[in-house]
Amino acid sequence: MINFSYSRAGSVAEAVGAKGKADGAGRFIAGGTNLVDLLKENVERPCAVIDISRLPLKTIEEAPDGGLRLGALATNADTAYHPEVQRRYPALSRAILAGASAQLRNMATNGGNLLQRTRCYYFYDVALPCNKRQPGSGCPAIKGQNRVCGVLGTSDDCIATHPSDMCIALAALEAAVRVSGPRGERTIPFAEFHTLPGHTPDIENTLAPDEIITAIDLPPSPYAGHSVYTKVRDRASYAFALVSVAALLDLDGDTIKSARVALGGVAHKPWRLPEAEALLTGKTATKENFLPVAQALFAGAHGYEHNFFKIELGKRAVVRALQLAARGTAAIKGVNGQTADA
Amino acid sequence: MSVLKSIFGQDVDTTSSTYLGKPTSRVDGPAKVTGGAKYAAEFNVPNLLYGYIVSSGAARGTIRSINAAEVEQVSGVVKVFTHDNAPKTAYLDRSHRDQIAPDSGSPFRPLYQAELEYSFQPVALVVADSFEAARYAASLVKVEYDLKPHETDLRANLGKAHPPTDTRAGYVSAPKKPRGTPDEAYAAAAHKVEAEYSQPIEFHLPMESYASTAAYGEDGKLTIYQKTQGVQNCQEYVCSVFGLSSGDVQVISPYMGGGFGSGLRPTYDIYLSVLAATALKRSVRVSMTRQQMFSFSHRPEAIQHLKLAAREDGMLDSVTHTAIEETSQNEEYLETVVNWSGLMYNCPNVRLDHQLVNLDLASPADMRAPGAVTGLYAYECAVDELAYQAKMDPLAFREKNYAEKDQNADKIFSSKELREAYRQAAARFGWKDRPLEPRSMKKGSDLIGWGMASGSWEAMQGKAAAKLVLTADGKLLASSATSDIGTGTYTVMTMIAAEFSGVAIEDVTFQLGDSSMVYSPVEGGSWTVSSVGSAVKTVCGELRARLFKLAGKVDGAPLGDATIEDLTFANGAMHVTGNPVRNVTYTEALRAGKLDRLELDTTELPQLAKQATHALYSHSSVFAEVSVDEDLGTIHVNRVVSAIAGGRILNPKTARSQIMGAIVWGISMALEEEGMLDDHVGRFMNHNYAEYHIPVAADIHDIEVIFVPEHDEVVNPLGAKGLGEIGMVGVAAAVTNAVWHATGKRVRSLPVTLDKLL
Amino acid sequence: MNAFSELDVAGGGTTTALPGKSAVTLTINGKETRLEVAPWTTLLDLLREYLDLTGTKKGCDHGQCGSCTVLVDGKRVNSCLTLAIMKDGCEITTIEGLAGPDGALHPMQQAFVDCDAFQCGYCTPGQICSAVGMIREGHAHSDDEIREQMSGNLCRCGAYPNILDAIKQAYAATEKQAA
Repeated sequence: MINFSYSRAGSVAEAVGAKGKADGAGRFIAGGTNLVDLLKENVERPCAVIDISRLPLKTIEEAPDGGLRLGALATNADTAYHPEVQRRYPALSRAILAGASAQLRNMATNGGNLLQRTRCYYFYDVALPCNKRQPGSGCPAIKGQNRVCGVLGTSDDCIATHPSDMCIALAALEAAVRVSGPRGERTIPFAEFHTLPGHTPDIENTLAPDEIITAIDLPPSPYAGHSVYTKVRDRASYAFALVSVAALLDLDGDTIKSARVALGGVAHKPWRLPEAEALLTGKTATKENFLPVAQALFAGAHGYEHNFFKIELGKRAVVRALQLAARGTAAIKGVNGQTADA
Repeated sequence: MSVLKSIFGQDVDTTSSTYLGKPTSRVDGPAKVTGGAKYAAEFNVPNLLYGYIVSSGAARGTIRSINAAEVEQVSGVVKVFTHDNAPKTAYLDRSHRDQIAPDSGSPFRPLYQAELEYSFQPVALVVADSFEAARYAASLVKVEYDLKPHETDLRANLGKAHPPTDTRAGYVSAPKKPRGTPDEAYAAAAHKVEAEYSQPIEFHLPMESYASTAAYGEDGKLTIYQKTQGVQNCQEYVCSVFGLSSGDVQVISPYMGGGFGSGLRPTYDIYLSVLAATALKRSVRVSMTRQQMFSFSHRPEAIQHLKLAAREDGMLDSVTHTAIEETSQNEEYLETVVNWSGLMYNCPNVRLDHQLVNLDLASPADMRAPGAVTGLYAYECAVDELAYQAKMDPLAFREKNYAEKDQNADKIFSSKELREAYRQAAARFGWKDRPLEPRSMKKGSDLIGWGMASGSWEAMQGKAAAKLVLTADGKLLASSATSDIGTGTYTVMTMIAAEFSGVAIEDVTFQLGDSSMVYSPVEGGSWTVSSVGSAVKTVCGELRARLFKLAGKVDGAPLGDATIEDLTFANGAMHVTGNPVRNVTYTEALRAGKLDRLELDTTELPQLAKQATHALYSHSSVFAEVSVDEDLGTIHVNRVVSAIAGGRILNPKTARSQIMGAIVWGISMALEEEGMLDDHVGRFMNHNYAEYHIPVAADIHDIEVIFVPEHDEVVNPLGAKGLGEIGMVGVAAAVTNAVWHATGKRVRSLPVTLDKLL
Repeated sequence: MNAFSELDVAGGGTTTALPGKSAVTLTINGKETRLEVAPWTTLLDLLREYLDLTGTKKGCDHGQCGSCTVLVDGKRVNSCLTLAIMKDGCEITTIEGLAGPDGALHPMQQAFVDCDAFQCGYCTPGQICSAVGMIREGHAHSDDEIREQMSGNLCRCGAYPNILDAIKQAYAATEKQAA
């Protein structure tokens, strides 16, 4: 762990000012669950760590548009167990609870969840090259141990994935990220928040270095009754997703009015394809109609030595998630959301 | 019983026992649940320095430079040790070989040379006055290498496979000649299976990382608080490597946060802590990071080829089993892999072969049931395949080919209640309802499968000693330099001492984990109860004899002319059996002898003459149910029933836990564990608990353990066979066989992850 | 001039100097403790290396095993990923603080002994703190929920079934007490 200065911000403005002053070598800390981990790995080497954990951004409240506003510093646990989140955005609650462990969810914050770094083995191992960690050094994952890597939207420079579960649900819900910076406040649509690796895998989102996330806005959702988060992983809990699917349906009887599908574990950002979702509009909620969506979502997929399987697995998971969503939120069983009550 | 008495002087009848065989809570339980139990890195001696290990980023090559002098400028840093400046230790390889090392070979020496042996090996030790300063300074260490090509890929190097050239105590090499004519029998057989099974490198990963706190005394003597399965092995090693006299080095390890074999040999943290402590004349603690726990030992990768054949009637007629495992360049790690296939079931025609490939990796090491879990995973899967070929129930197939003797050695078993273990576990599991065909059972979107396997492990006994101190207050202190790695040694030894000394269990304390105690071998191979426990039993017999003599001096001679055989020893007193009034307490006996304490120790040796005529093994039968999501491939082990024929069970409470834990290990081996090696860089990439998966609570469901009574008068004076390993053997095969029964897919490479079922 | 209204500790970069320390107050197992800590000291290292409270274990140091679980303001967290300086003013409960003042074991501790819910004992303090936290959080309603909620605590000895039994025993005992 590198030698860093520590300061505790008393206000959002103070936090933003300190971050700007550190000129790229500063990091905010709140839950610390990812940053302290990476500090010990020497992956993150900030000069200045700015503690924002005491800023008044912990509330979960009604938003003016009838949605819900999640404070950036509300913990993952407080968010997942919030009665309004559970009632109106069950896929979000379940996605959060499918991630990490109870301890980590008690610590981790909503803002921090968006800014999680990848779990790619090479990113974590400073003895080896990594374009994300050290631009231009190379990507050994492409020919190496890439089970945890992506199959969609990858580049020749990086095949890492975004590891969050929460963000997959947020992407499906079309949340908006509220940020504050020296140039004032702005709102970033979720689809525009995370970026694909391209030639700059070190850049993971559109947040400016001197901006801070203050809240996440959830728009009103018609999907609460048919929301699922299906997570497929190598053990039953406390593991990152190989593939995960947030599937939301708005049904009129058996007919789909609209659908949302977001994928995790497969790309550098939560993966959505509105064209694929549109295939379901006006269709009945049947497996036959779900299959083309799965095909479309993975049409451009490219597998690597140890993760080719994610393409087939991903398609099957999409179909499963949509089937479960059609059955209704209430029937879904288990933290991984793979099965329903009989 | 009379035969037994004439051999051992006392019987092993369980019905008359006071403590043995009764479920007993761990005597070290309260210390462990309150945080009071101190592990190696928790002895906070004064003026302690902290050593942080820097690991290599390359597998092969030469270290060109390390910026040690620069890093030493960091405030708080006392010294940066590298191969350039580290004091030289013993020259000869022989001096670096510990009790468990192969008989020849060159054990790894940290910071000894510029030449690299494997990726992640230690290349520098930063010593500072705080943990954080050492860690920070270590992050500034820059090592430059001149790289050389490395080889870490077993499959790519199968052409270099060779028979072992080294030897090692406990390793039984594959028979040089086949038994019978396996090729001819195979050619003529009605039912045949030929298949290759592979299993990846696995890591021990006890929850406590290795740590060594070397306390430097004013007199220059070292007291080393060490995570180890063998304090005396470590003490001898340190003395031999550093040229220290045994009186100047004491190794202490009262608690060990799991070992599973990783701590049988001295680990490099003790080398580094002693190196730094003696060079700096300061107390130094060196702890490995979790990542470094992937850098010194592992279960070797294995590629196994099996050819089995049975006659029309299902009689096993031909077995050919070849196992190729990796080892390091500097040592031949040896474990018995294939021989099990020659003794599990009757078979007249058997060829066994075990070969090694040297790779640029750290030496493998014994890991829970070493060799047996590897060989019998493959063999028990192949047997399952053969049974199906013969359209026989896999249990019926095994019963039909039941071995009444060890055909490898042509010896009868000292005891073998495997048939009863099959019967009880199958009944409990409900096996009789199993459809023969795979894909026959379904529940919702899940396919259900039932699989079974059997296992075996040697019942070994080694030389060991035990010491007793009985004090005037009637308290008994027993000790031996063994360890409790979670196995329950403290508790079972306390029970044995209480049982055979006649001191009430509340008044007995057992101590271990100190190299200055009487001799004990390393704790491993399931032999601690049989070795140390037998010594405790014997010395207790001697104690009773001494007390009986002293009792004769008590005023009024309450025992009259009773002989020792006429007496019962219990509750800190001896009395004439059937006449409790005629008694002498131990306190009275000591007083009569004008003694304030009675101290005695004894060394117990295995009864080799008796044992040599028998095959000594424990056995298991394991039944597993899995559910497999037909679309997604996710596998859940719903339940496991295992019946163990493991001799006499001394503490059913801890014994059950040990078997249960071993079953979790078997599930883990079957479905989760895999050291992911990147052969391009010669390095394990999932070197942490997040990415190297072991089961979490949500992975483990119903586990039922049955102990089948076994009376064994040969294995050792206690009749116990040891339980650390047997519970794991066969589990991976049972689970894999169940996955086949669920899905119809034979996945022959471990772990069985969901992608292999898509 | 200090631009910050709150705590500010100098340091930074790959310097040869070490970071400064700052005064914090923690209430540890009911005892208010004033300490000087550097920014880079985790709560786990503070407990183990500076306060000799070695009951809290370091298993992975990266939030991947749960051995370091303690309760901060009543909630279970991984102390290895917690910078001590950030917990100024907080209440910390470690395994050493669970037993009664007379040394009587906490029902969870007693249940772990009764059910043989450990072998090597190294993950045990974390398991117990996690279990106590889980019950307090209200997430111990079924076997499956307990298994899921306890999945942040690895046990390499594989004592999971006994841990489940112990938690149920302790939960029943506390329910009974509350009734």
